[in-house]
Amino acid sequence: MPTTSNELFSTLADPTRRAIFERLSREGELTVRVLTDHSGVSQPAVSKHLAVLKLAGLVNGRREGRQTHYSAQPQALAPLIDWTSQMAGFWQSRFDDLEDLLKRMDQ
Amino acid sequence: MSKTAAETLSVVVEREVPHPAEKIWRALTQPHLIEEWLMKNDFNPVVGHRFNLRGDWGGVLDCEVLAVEPNRTLSYTWNFTHDDPAYNLKSVVTFMLTPTRTGTHLRMEQLGFRPDQKQAYGGAKAGWQQFLAKLELVLARTD
Repeated sequence: MPTTSNELFSTLADPTRRAIFERLSREGELTVRVLTDHSGVSQPAVSKHLAVLKLAGLVNGRREGRQTHYSAQPQALAPLIDWTSQMAGFWQSRFDDLEDLLKRMDQ
Repeated sequence: MSKTAAETLSVVVEREVPHPAEKIWRALTQPHLIEEWLMKNDFNPVVGHRFNLRGDWGGVLDCEVLAVEPNRTLSYTWNFTHDDPAYNLKSVVTFMLTPTRTGTHLRMEQLGFRPDQKQAYGGAKAGWQQFLAKLELVLARTD
């Protein structure tokens, strides 16, 4: 399911969701219960956040018996990374032209 | 546009340039020279001056000079309005020149956000920079 950068931004604008996503990125596959422990957030709240993250394509759920194991899908962040890499590429090539100009200004 | 909201996405490009800062300053501030490396423009290095940058691709950027410190710092807004919100952009571009033994250290920083995402950013300003930095590490580990 293609996700717009808008959805990504609003999904990750929530600090709790961002924390969940970061933790899954760091620690790999985790269950809702493990994610809830020491998080200071209730299990239903964590489940709700996971559903939103899943909708944005940021996490994937794998069912095993009665448990669902969630994992981060960092490739879903591509639209977010794009802006910065595109702009960086733009400025690098502008600065190449700037350096050419500075050489010509010598004469 | 609040200042904190603008600090959400950042691009930094730095370069050691073997030329004096005064000369680079001219290339950054004289319209006929700006056109040679950046875009067609009606720039004037006066705080509050509004100008446009016109790309070969037909796009027009709306800009306003925010800071002018000769041979050191130049800052202006870099806004792009597009029908498709995905292309909308409000940002601030800042050039900083620092003399070195062999020339000048040129630093360009662009801070920006897309206007339609202002709401989303509102509650989560803190952490974004840090998050994006971590993101790159995460992406470097995965393919």
